[in-house]
Amino acid sequence: MDSNMKREIILDNYSHPFNRGTGGDEYIKVNSNNESCIDNIDLYIKFNDGIIEDIQFDGEACAISTASTSIMIKNMVGKNVDEVLSYIKNFEAMLNEEKYEDTEFNEAVVFDETYKQGNRKTCVTLPYNGIKRAIEEYNNSTL
Amino acid sequence: MNREDFPMLKNNIIYFDNGATTFKPVSLIDTTDYYYKEICANAHRGDYEISYKVDTLYEETRKKVANFINAKREEIVFTSGATESLNMIANGFFAHILEPGDEILLTLSEHASNVLPWFRLSKMTGAIIKYIDLDSNLHVTMNNVISAITPRTKVISLAAITNVVGDERPIKEICKYAHEHNIFVCVDGAQSVPHEKTDVVDMDCDFLVFSAHKMCGPTGVGILYGKRELLEEVEPTNLGGGMNESFDSVDQVYLKELPTRLEAGTPNIAGIIAFGAAIDYLSKIGMDNIKLYEIKLKKYLINKLKKIPHVNVINEECDSGIVAFNVDGVFPQDVAYYLNKYNICVRAGNHCAKILKNAIGVKNTVRVSFYFYNTEAEIDKLVELLEDKNRIISEMI
Repeated sequence: MDSNMKREIILDNYSHPFNRGTGGDEYIKVNSNNESCIDNIDLYIKFNDGIIEDIQFDGEACAISTASTSIMIKNMVGKNVDEVLSYIKNFEAMLNEEKYEDTEFNEAVVFDETYKQGNRKTCVTLPYNGIKRAIEEYNNSTL
Repeated sequence: MNREDFPMLKNNIIYFDNGATTFKPVSLIDTTDYYYKEICANAHRGDYEISYKVDTLYEETRKKVANFINAKREEIVFTSGATESLNMIANGFFAHILEPGDEILLTLSEHASNVLPWFRLSKMTGAIIKYIDLDSNLHVTMNNVISAITPRTKVISLAAITNVVGDERPIKEICKYAHEHNIFVCVDGAQSVPHEKTDVVDMDCDFLVFSAHKMCGPTGVGILYGKRELLEEVEPTNLGGGMNESFDSVDQVYLKELPTRLEAGTPNIAGIIAFGAAIDYLSKIGMDNIKLYEIKLKKYLINKLKKIPHVNVINEECDSGIVAFNVDGVFPQDVAYYLNKYNICVRAGNHCAKILKNAIGVKNTVRVSFYFYNTEAEIDKLVELLEDKNRIISEMI
């Protein structure tokens, strides 16, 4: 994908993010913020029998963080917990320039060169840190 | 001014984050080198030539700092920074005199280091935290100070200039009024001492803290100034080598005189000696010259920013070299990333004043903070990059 296309996808997800909202009672809420910058988002995740049925998000964050969150939500909804964790593992491998399998990234491939801008990696991973914590919470609640 | 003295400025970089830290002149770097290469010994220790030399330079720096703010040498304590100094004041002094229901007066635009030590103290002692209202420009007015004071107010702790909007507080008047009402005043000078002339006698504050690295000095060095009679009452928060006279048992511990008593352990000797060089350097330029020059830069930038419709300046009315602004519809962090592509360093965020958002409704801003080595040409470059909003948006990622 050329860099103009990537920029368009990021800006589109930033200007019109997918599923902005604050969920409801049946959602697990997690906050995700970056120590080194001012990105700060709340994720609202609705699990149903091990499957992520819906994710919404709210808060203030930079273009990359917001776009990454929007794209992540599009990719995650409908997946079960194991699929989500395997997706995140592959996605993080891509960001870290390690070996990875791209079977389901869709728009998330726009971040395949983020490693070149080290200081923006934390922007991309912001929502993923939140999802991982939400899964932990969910797993603990179903033990 | 004096750009040739700063090696960092030779790296094709425009540095507008001087509120965070400042670049270092060659004289400071050379002095640090000198210590490590030629006189690397401990202070207050050995009976040999290089240790004696270290002692002399260490104490000379203390005199330089004292002269710089018009204090006495025994009123100057070396710490690791303004943060440690504030914690020492809270834990070593006020922890022993505050009682439940006493009031600690702060403002909503203080830096975290002038908030969190007081929060903990409030939990420990039962004292209550109160805030002086800010006016519509986010400034502290004497009227608001007076109306925030009650018979239970014991201490007012505030910055002389804030790091968020750069407003200058009427410290001298506050001290006068506070002392008439038996209230202590603790001044955070981290953003003021590096940029203007400071006179603790004229100001009459009880405590003043600041950091060396924000004034061309090294990181890891700070100052705690206290009036002699108050410093005498400060309980050392650190105990150990260098600060005791003798000790035999729990009941027989004798401490040294001020200020050594408050400097336990081996200090940042290289840094402290080098700080002496930084003070010489600033004194040579002249603090009044620095202040005038920075205000000139600030006015120059604001006049230019005001002509850009999509830029909102948050703090037009202030007397320091700090300009906070936002670009309509663009997250401050993205503005900072965009400028970084052109080697311009600005700060995006809430600048460690996290409670201020309650007061201004603007959580985050882009902050430009000047020092005397910045130039109008650098400002022109910044303004040129901010003029075209579409360019910002297309290049910010």
